[in-house]
Amino acid sequence: MCLAVPGKILSITGSDTSRMGQVSFGGVGKEACLAFVPEAKVGDYVLVHAGFAISIVDEAEAAQTLEYFRQIGELGKLEDKQ
Amino acid sequence: MKFVDEYRDQEKAEQIAQAIARITTRQWSIMEVCGGQTHSIVKYGIDELLPKQISLLHGPGCPVCVTPLEIVDKALQIAARPEVIFCSFGDMLRVPGSGGDLFSVKAKGGDVRIVYSPLDALKLARENPQRQVVFFAVGFETTAPANAMVVFQAQQQKVANFSVLVSHVLVPPAIAAILSAPDNRTQGFLAAGHVCTVMGFEEYFQLAEKFHVPIVVTGFEPLDILQGILMCVGQLEAGRAQVENQYARSVQRQGNRPAQALMSKVFRIVPRKWRGVGEIPASGYGLSDEFSAYDAELRFGVAGHHVDEDSECISGQVLRGVKKPQECPAFGVRCSPERPLGATMVSSEGACAAYYQYRRRQPDQNG
Repeated sequence: MCLAVPGKILSITGSDTSRMGQVSFGGVGKEACLAFVPEAKVGDYVLVHAGFAISIVDEAEAAQTLEYFRQIGELGKLEDKQ
Repeated sequence: MKFVDEYRDQEKAEQIAQAIARITTRQWSIMEVCGGQTHSIVKYGIDELLPKQISLLHGPGCPVCVTPLEIVDKALQIAARPEVIFCSFGDMLRVPGSGGDLFSVKAKGGDVRIVYSPLDALKLARENPQRQVVFFAVGFETTAPANAMVVFQAQQQKVANFSVLVSHVLVPPAIAAILSAPDNRTQGFLAAGHVCTVMGFEEYFQLAEKFHVPIVVTGFEPLDILQGILMCVGQLEAGRAQVENQYARSVQRQGNRPAQALMSKVFRIVPRKWRGVGEIPASGYGLSDEFSAYDAELRFGVAGHHVDEDSECISGQVLRGVKKPQECPAFGVRCSPERPLGATMVSSEGACAAYYQYRRRQPDQNG
């Protein structure tokens, strides 16, 4: 039930509690409430749950996690050689 | 899809599993709290990638599963009324109450509708002013902002024919209850990434300290879960009990402040009964006094209804990580997703349903 899906904001309308946006999920557009992410702007990725964006995806943190995965792989290869 | 596909790479999954194996020196039992994580673990076979010493216990984090029988019975009573349009997320419709489920109410002519968002229910109320529209507001902290917002908007827009049947539950009191039980086996937790997206993780510091357990805020994709396990095992092996954040691309320490502000306006903290577990103090949300006019229990006079649960079902022990689904004599025999005896077989996020779908033909490796 706590599923939240990342999507890219295409457009924004309204303000405060009626701030809404058109969000693209892998090419499929859907409306979502953006009231809880007041600083989100067009082009940002947001995590959407039950029609509400609950966070802006932090792209720098996402890249860092992927870099960490890459390093674990490198470390494994080094240890295999020893 | 960006921010999804790159976290499902099989080669990297095996590399992280190897890294876990390299640091593991003894037996550890780790509980993933969220039902979405349980589903991912069983679906992708993450537990089977791990060294034998690591046992994953499946926690109580499936709101469909823990919604108590009496709330389901209240939903059935309200949904059967001729003036009511009863709206719910789809996975609540098959949850058995004492006499049938929401599907059976629908089959008998009740106006039961599946919605994707609570906003859809509020829209229905505006479009059908002569009907009573009720939304079944279940869920953990992740879903609470959405449900708080529709109640707030209903008040702002004076939508008088809208109300909510609230059965919201909270994760930290459930973790405390699990760790306080005399038969507890859990030594470390993967906390639920989307719950923490909303709430942050400051309330977990005192849990980690009091019970001396590592808590790692973890995402939902296979690589997220494996990294969460790696971080948790790293702490256990080092004798540390800290709160760490694997899911930093979504979770900030303080959580989503605008969401929390609206939740604390619309809701108040109440004791909640958890299906299969019993009542846990201060473990859920009810509507605050300011919004009690939107409480479906009061509007339809169903408050105060209490029922006991089926005794054969061991879902309470499964939800606390004390038993695995296949240890239940009814599993797959008298209990299946088509005819669930209880909580954990109902939703696809319940541990029993996940095992039924993906593990029926093979023996449990970890149990």
